[in-house]
Amino acid sequence: MTDATHQYHSGLIGSQPVPDGDAVSKELIHEEEGFSTLWLIAPASLWLFLFLVVPLASIIVFSFWASTPQGMEPDFSLSNYGEYFYVEGFFDSEASRFVRPSVFVTTLGSTIYYTLLVMLICLIIGYPIAYFLAMRVTAFKWQLALFLLCMVPFWTSYLIRAVAWLPMLGRRGLINQALVNLGILDKPATFLFYSEFGYVVALAQIYVVLAIGPIFFSLSKIPPDIIEAARDMGATPFQIFREIIAPMSLPGVAIGMIFLFVMLMGEFATAVVVYGGKTSTAGTVILNYYGIANYPFAAVNALMLMVAMVVGIIIILRLVDIRKEL
Amino acid sequence: MRRRWTPERRRSLRITTGFAVYYGIFLVFIYGPMIAMFILSFQGPRGGTSFPMRGWSFHWWQKLVEPSTVGDLQGAMGRSIILAIMVMLVTALFSTMLAMAFRKKFRFSGVLFYTILAGLMVPGVLLSLGLATLMRQLGLSPSWYTSAFAVHVVWALPFGFLVMMAVFNRFDSRLEEAARDMGASEWVVFKEVTLPLILPGIVAAGLFGFTLSYDEFARTTLLAGEFNTLPLDINASMTQRIRPTLFALGTASTIFSIFMIGMFLVIYTILYRRSQ
Repeated sequence: MTDATHQYHSGLIGSQPVPDGDAVSKELIHEEEGFSTLWLIAPASLWLFLFLVVPLASIIVFSFWASTPQGMEPDFSLSNYGEYFYVEGFFDSEASRFVRPSVFVTTLGSTIYYTLLVMLICLIIGYPIAYFLAMRVTAFKWQLALFLLCMVPFWTSYLIRAVAWLPMLGRRGLINQALVNLGILDKPATFLFYSEFGYVVALAQIYVVLAIGPIFFSLSKIPPDIIEAARDMGATPFQIFREIIAPMSLPGVAIGMIFLFVMLMGEFATAVVVYGGKTSTAGTVILNYYGIANYPFAAVNALMLMVAMVVGIIIILRLVDIRKEL
Repeated sequence: MRRRWTPERRRSLRITTGFAVYYGIFLVFIYGPMIAMFILSFQGPRGGTSFPMRGWSFHWWQKLVEPSTVGDLQGAMGRSIILAIMVMLVTALFSTMLAMAFRKKFRFSGVLFYTILAGLMVPGVLLSLGLATLMRQLGLSPSWYTSAFAVHVVWALPFGFLVMMAVFNRFDSRLEEAARDMGASEWVVFKEVTLPLILPGIVAAGLFGFTLSYDEFARTTLLAGEFNTLPLDINASMTQRIRPTLFALGTASTIFSIFMIGMFLVIYTILYRRSQ
């Protein structure tokens, strides 16, 4: 275990002994060596085709089908999309408001709103943690241990983690008891659980690790020499952060935000557990329409969610070039 | 390192201490609810889902093992574990094979790379919907060991694949080269040289497969068919009145997850030391 004392490390999982200096062979192995590529990729490619590509493609196809009492039948109709985007009051002079988007569009909108809100909170909470682990903890062993300590909850059930907020935030939960006992409140607050507040707190707790991981990795790739040099030249800590650390950690931030974005956009279980089903997410709408066997409409909702996600990912990738991280 | 107490050094130590305190608060934030849940699972028989404790007992834990009218907990847990092991094995195998293929340049490698990553990006509810509707249309019925299994692998594969890519990025190909020069066949090279070196990575890939599948809810919800897996069972019991039994179940499930991570870490460390 000599590499435990190395100043740099490019990964925590599966790290191999680093051969010294320029001896590292970055070259790919030669064409004629190794196993046949075709046989190596065939099983997994087939699996991904059957269980990833085909299901997604079938969502697109089914979204044009017609719903019947027995399920659905092949058709090419845009009526599902019409219903999805139906704008109330657009042609109606009596309507109270000029434009009122359909409930499906507003649900997608609120899903995006909560997603962005939780992303922001996770970034604010998670960045200092990643910075602490990467920059302030110097011993590799401690870095690894403290990082794993953050990661453990990621490997436990998120349903359980959501419901575990009940004894904390519930009407008779610990937070309320503390607030009442301290005399800050005279009766327990109800806005903590089954509320927007509880929902956002639970989501942040569940997903914050996804922000910490990638930011931590890109921060620990910054060579300490650069920071040392900047300090020697008289840069203040704030300047060092603004000019060196922040720009160099941006790819990690982007990857973390993409993780959070895709997970949060597809979120539906936490809303039911913590928000008491008082809000809908795009995910719950999809499942509701599947539940009442309107498959084409569920497919339209799913497709629109997918479109929103692709747009979001493209925006993040436009803002930050992450290719050098991959 | 200089050990002089310069003002600069003192200042830096203060900042580090501040961050350490923040890290401690953060740990309370991510572990606090689980610890509260753990304590409350030992509520007395008359206690509820919030503090104070009304006596201490194993009442709610006993309810877990007793046969009950709602759900089939032991069965669900058994199915979840079998499913997780199946996903673990396939994920470890596929991610190793894929990462080995990616050591060479090949046509459509970009398409394949992004397809693998798409498994991570596509929300579970979409895959569930797509496959469930498709199977329905084809007259197939979903079950946890077919459709849920298939989609769990799609979900875990990118994690395992990225781990194995990282392993091969730091892999010294000259070792294989040397074995080849001495006339070893491809299989012998793989078995004697490559495999022992990448084995820790394969274990890590398997860990992702196991834990991601064991806790997966969204990708199981429409695809498990007639029998529930554990997350589905937990979800079902949440829609009823929440009782401390659920906390006992949650604690048991969390302890099992942490136990598995610990076991994998031990195996990983042993294999890693051996591969040095």
